[in-house]
Amino acid sequence: MEMVLLFAPLVGALIAGFGHHIIGDKFAQIVATGFLFLSAILSWVVFLSFDGQTENIQILRWIESGTLVTDWAIRIDRLTAIMLIVVTTVSSLVHLYSLGYMANDEHFGEGESYRPRFFAYLSFFTFTMLMLVTSDNLIQLFFGWEGVGVASYLLIGFYIRKQSAGAAAIKAFVVNRVGDFGFLLGIFAIYYLADSVKFDDIFLIGPELSETELNFLWRDWNAANLIAFLLFVGAMGKSAQLILHTWLPDAMEGPTPVSALIHAATMVTAGVFLICRMSPIMEFAPDTMSFIVFIGASTAFFAASVGLVQNDIKRVIAYSTCSQLGYMFVAAGLGVYSVAMFHLLTHAFFKAMLFLGAGSVIHGMHHEQDMRNFGGLRKKMPYTFWAMMIGTLAITGVGIPLTHYGFAGFLSKDAVIESAYAGTQGGYAFWMLLIAALFTSFYSWRLMFMTFFGSARGQKHTHDHAHESPAVMVIPLAVLAVGAIFSGMVFYKPFFGDHHKVEVFFGIVDKGNSYSSDNGDIGFSLIAPAFAEEVSINNSMKVDTVVDGHKVGGGPNLNDKLGKGAIYMAPGNHVLDDAHHVHWLVKMSPFLAMLLGFLTAWLFYMTKLELPRRVVASNPILYKFLLNKWYFDEVYNVIFVRPTQWLGRILWKLGDGKIIDGALNGIAMGIIPFFTKWAGKMQSGYIFNYAFGMVIGIAVLITWMTIVGSE
Amino acid sequence: MIGLEHYLIVAAALFVIGIFGLFLNRKNIIILLMSIELMLLSVNINFVAFSAFLNDYVGQIFTLFVLTVAAAEAAIGLAILVCFFRNKGSIDVEDVNVMKG
Repeated sequence: MEMVLLFAPLVGALIAGFGHHIIGDKFAQIVATGFLFLSAILSWVVFLSFDGQTENIQILRWIESGTLVTDWAIRIDRLTAIMLIVVTTVSSLVHLYSLGYMANDEHFGEGESYRPRFFAYLSFFTFTMLMLVTSDNLIQLFFGWEGVGVASYLLIGFYIRKQSAGAAAIKAFVVNRVGDFGFLLGIFAIYYLADSVKFDDIFLIGPELSETELNFLWRDWNAANLIAFLLFVGAMGKSAQLILHTWLPDAMEGPTPVSALIHAATMVTAGVFLICRMSPIMEFAPDTMSFIVFIGASTAFFAASVGLVQNDIKRVIAYSTCSQLGYMFVAAGLGVYSVAMFHLLTHAFFKAMLFLGAGSVIHGMHHEQDMRNFGGLRKKMPYTFWAMMIGTLAITGVGIPLTHYGFAGFLSKDAVIESAYAGTQGGYAFWMLLIAALFTSFYSWRLMFMTFFGSARGQKHTHDHAHESPAVMVIPLAVLAVGAIFSGMVFYKPFFGDHHKVEVFFGIVDKGNSYSSDNGDIGFSLIAPAFAEEVSINNSMKVDTVVDGHKVGGGPNLNDKLGKGAIYMAPGNHVLDDAHHVHWLVKMSPFLAMLLGFLTAWLFYMTKLELPRRVVASNPILYKFLLNKWYFDEVYNVIFVRPTQWLGRILWKLGDGKIIDGALNGIAMGIIPFFTKWAGKMQSGYIFNYAFGMVIGIAVLITWMTIVGSE
Repeated sequence: MIGLEHYLIVAAALFVIGIFGLFLNRKNIIILLMSIELMLLSVNINFVAFSAFLNDYVGQIFTLFVLTVAAAEAAIGLAILVCFFRNKGSIDVEDVNVMKG
């Protein structure tokens, strides 16, 4: 079943990509979509029937060289199961949506066959993404990692006649190279120290790594910190975290379904997935973890602040994605991997929906993307409006405070913020995330108000012809809406309920153990497996065992749960539990931030329409700063792009043009003719000259022989 | 008593005369052919002298071979010379430089 699940998208991609000449455009699209739905259904079966036990399915042996042994294998555990449903559900809905969205694209001429190619890329992307999440070793994961990069490149640059799309595709690829370089170094370091790339082996060496020093660049580093950092560099590239984020907004040049699938729901979350997957190493790298928190919090704040002033509807959502990824990294960096995965799951639903909704608006408005030209579309596109409304309610985190009832984002984002408060004692990360939540609410509502409310702006003609999208585009929105509303409430308990539920859900402990709730978290974390087994055999011994468990606490068996289950939380990691016991004001804070953002947006874009202009006029520098995305692109342009171009030009003009070409030309046109002329002059044609030469030669030879002797 | 050395000296003298005839002569190609002949003969003298000295008849047989080859070479050389004279109307060595680079 897992095999079918995994390879159905590949088969779909191959049929659509290579077979569309035979089976026709229409049928090729349907085949690809059909295979994806098959894959999605099987994923849900896997997810729902998953019992918490890690399962390895070997497909074939891939590399066998010395001690490097790599399989193509499927590892099914809770993380994989979550990613499977995220990837295949969103992907299949995006396939369906694309049937409508890509039907008549103005970037391609009449009768040009571009649709099968699009579907082939989408399915190929899904396949590589599945490879990434189901991998049981780092090499296969890296294959998937690069595969999604290629698919992303192909899809960003899908509009082949658009100059900016090509540039954005290259930018995405190049920026990701930087991250991938770090990731590769991380894999090398792990292989060097663990002598294996299999997760099962890697997960066990965390404690060892934390006591090892590894020489890298100019000094010795703590191996665990170094490896975690290098892996995180890879994650930063893929997940568009600060410093390496610049490619994500530009990636919006691709068709909107691509943005929804790759640059919102799946590929960009691969970095978060990687950090969670490597949790048994991350847990032993405290310095890197604080760095992750710092970067994540900064990204969340930075991206949200830029999102405030963008006018392109897709760019607003792109920055929103960037910001939400920052949330996930904060959670992962704090060691509450389940919360990171929770937010990843809910975010996939509501962000994919926002993107698809934006795509629906763009589709209905004849590829107009500037929000200043929207307005009053609520009546024209009722379904899209309601879908976007649900998405906005979800992302801004609307719910009933201090309860567990609310839209998806309410539960997951609040979980992240509470964890941030608990993990940093109300430090930098918490405040950054809180402000980001305020900004998120503002720009999300701003998007809604500018697009769907108020009066129609821009070209009258476009507005007159604005229309609701066809059913194939509305149905995916409806399905995702269900996810955006309920995924938070349904999955709250297993992801963020209490320590025990989370551990059971992720297969860290077996289901039979039910002692944690009355045991207190510390004792629970420290119980040795022997006792744990005893408990599961005989629950009546519970009390004794607990006492023993407390006694054992602090002993040598701190790391019993290492490598068991999908994620690992070190015994000293109480963020998850502390997050439940934060002050009620902290729990209220994201809700208040959301409310404040909403009211400000209402004030700015619904009641006092001239207010935004006045605010901009009074803070021109700040506005410019935000509008130009903190000048990251400009700074990079000066620091990296220009010197590289300059170096390239030098190597081209001087290195290649002058030195290499010059050397060849010099030899061919200067030195060789000189010698040939000289040699030509030697050929006098007179026999006696040659004879003289021969005699001289013989005389020299004989003289030499005589002097040197004949030893 | 005439020993091996005397033969060798004669042969060497003949050889050197041949060489000098080869490249000091600027006038006549026939003299070139004669010089070559002279050098071959000096070699023959060496062969015969060593043959007698070492009591080995191989040297004398070799001499006969050399004579045969020399005769053939002289025949071909003279034929070329005749052809050359027909074309150029001269057999001056100075005129033979068509292979000049």
